[in-house]
Amino acid sequence: MSRVLVGVKRVIDYAVKIRVKSDKTGVVTDGVKHSMNPFDEIAVEEAVRMKEKKLASEVIAVSCGPANAQDVIRTALAMGADRGIHVEMAQNEYEQMQPLHVSKILAKLATDEKADLVIVGKQAIDDDCNQTAQMIAALLEWPQGTFCSKVDVNGKEVSITREIDGGLEQIKLNAPAVLSADLRLNEPRYATLPNIMKAKKKPLKKVAAKDLGVDLTSRIEVLSVEDPPVRQGGSLVENVDELLGKLKEGGYVK
Amino acid sequence: MLFSKNLQNFWRQAQRFNSTLVVAEHDNSRLLPITQNALTAAKKIGGDITVLVAGTKCDAVAQAVAKASGVSKVLVAEDAAFNGFLPEALTPLVLASQEKFKFTHILAGASSFGKSLLPRVAAKLDVSPVSDIIDVKDSDTFVRTIYAGNAIMTLKAKDPVKVVTVRGTSFAQDPLDGGSASTEAAPTGSYKAPNTEFVSQELTKSDRPELASAKIVVSGGRGLKSKENFKLMYDLADKMGAAVGASRAAVDAGYCPNDLQVGQTGKIVAPELYVAIGISGAIQHLAGMKDSKTIVSINKDAEAPIFQVSDYGLVEDLFKAVPEMISKIK
Repeated sequence: MSRVLVGVKRVIDYAVKIRVKSDKTGVVTDGVKHSMNPFDEIAVEEAVRMKEKKLASEVIAVSCGPANAQDVIRTALAMGADRGIHVEMAQNEYEQMQPLHVSKILAKLATDEKADLVIVGKQAIDDDCNQTAQMIAALLEWPQGTFCSKVDVNGKEVSITREIDGGLEQIKLNAPAVLSADLRLNEPRYATLPNIMKAKKKPLKKVAAKDLGVDLTSRIEVLSVEDPPVRQGGSLVENVDELLGKLKEGGYVK
Repeated sequence: MLFSKNLQNFWRQAQRFNSTLVVAEHDNSRLLPITQNALTAAKKIGGDITVLVAGTKCDAVAQAVAKASGVSKVLVAEDAAFNGFLPEALTPLVLASQEKFKFTHILAGASSFGKSLLPRVAAKLDVSPVSDIIDVKDSDTFVRTIYAGNAIMTLKAKDPVKVVTVRGTSFAQDPLDGGSASTEAAPTGSYKAPNTEFVSQELTKSDRPELASAKIVVSGGRGLKSKENFKLMYDLADKMGAAVGASRAAVDAGYCPNDLQVGQTGKIVAPELYVAIGISGAIQHLAGMKDSKTIVSINKDAEAPIFQVSDYGLVEDLFKAVPEMISKIK
């Protein structure tokens, strides 16, 4: 029976149209709806399913950030995670944090908690980095199964189907291992009200980031965050003939 | 005058100190085009360029990439351990090459290969990698998108080694001519990954152009309603010499394979012409195609957000418009 550590990140909700701050230092986050990173929901779901299949003994949800990071840990607990760990840091530290730092924190916790599997989403939809799983695996010297669309655990052997550019790929890993969840891995469940109530009673441990011995010094300096160039809205055409006419003008069709 | 001349000298010297390792992506018989985009980004950084070709069969690929102008050296590592291009096997090779040559930059294309490998390398070097850059300002200043392409971040990487993946569609493809780099053996070692085994691959076979580098992409969404109807996309694509793409909705509904997905979490494309059919234009889809030169959309919903980014929009039932297009294109 294995212990699974799941990393969850609180991000601006995927449906929100973000706004860039006028001083170009970042995007507006105050008063904006946040939720769990969609790929992390998939990671939690996979871990909970492993527990339901008795392939995992315990699921631990971890999130880094200021106090509001606890929201997503509670969501993970409501989905079926057993306990949470909140790695506390100040808002300004959190804003400067990169996947390298998160990876070091999760690698340390994976060791401390004797995890056999670490599952995270393949990317966070805010920074779009797609780095954390790979970096945790590197730091722990564990094998990595990135962009998983299917995971079968059989004792220590983990069989994975990965989404790659030209199609799919199968690999086999020996646990302990780090996995990153792709969209197609599963359909995350909704947390029901009774489970949300129960989640409030589940244990949530707080750890200060600095007590984990991870140096949070930022390795990149953000020079500016700006709006992308706006596409000029084009015109509507009346019918297929007019459309084909435009395409011919552009030399796209004969 | 004097100042600008000094500045020029300074830049020349600064560039001399840069040395970039480009990790080539290939399939043991040919170089994949995204490596050519990465080479262009490497040239923009300036300085010496080395290409690493690792695999179970490297000759043809090493010879092809040695022809790129500006490449000074091709490192070749042919080993059964690199079967399946596992990051667990390739990382120690990249680290050994780094140890020997002390590169200032390590680059690869931001494909599933590059995204799997480079963060692993970066963590071992204790540096913060920079993902999916769309521009190079200077040797340590890069531009990338965040929030599904809805904001553009310019950043300065402060680490001594910059580990960077390159968005293929943002850099031209290096023509692979005019050069004649020497090839030499990469540092040898025991690269077998003990806890990872490559089993198999199922690649979607197609005679159509590759999605990420096609000049024309015909893309279908939920509006197609079924896998059978999705065939309309293939028919239209074949008439236009185009690649076929899809929205997440179409993939989730099983109309087409996953690897056709265009968007924030699928492929990023920037063809000359993108034809969006039965696609509403969610933020996550636009992230993957809004840098296309010309966007055409066909949707029966005049309010669909896709029309806000389309150069030419046709409000019509796709089941009427697409067959008409197919019949009228010669």
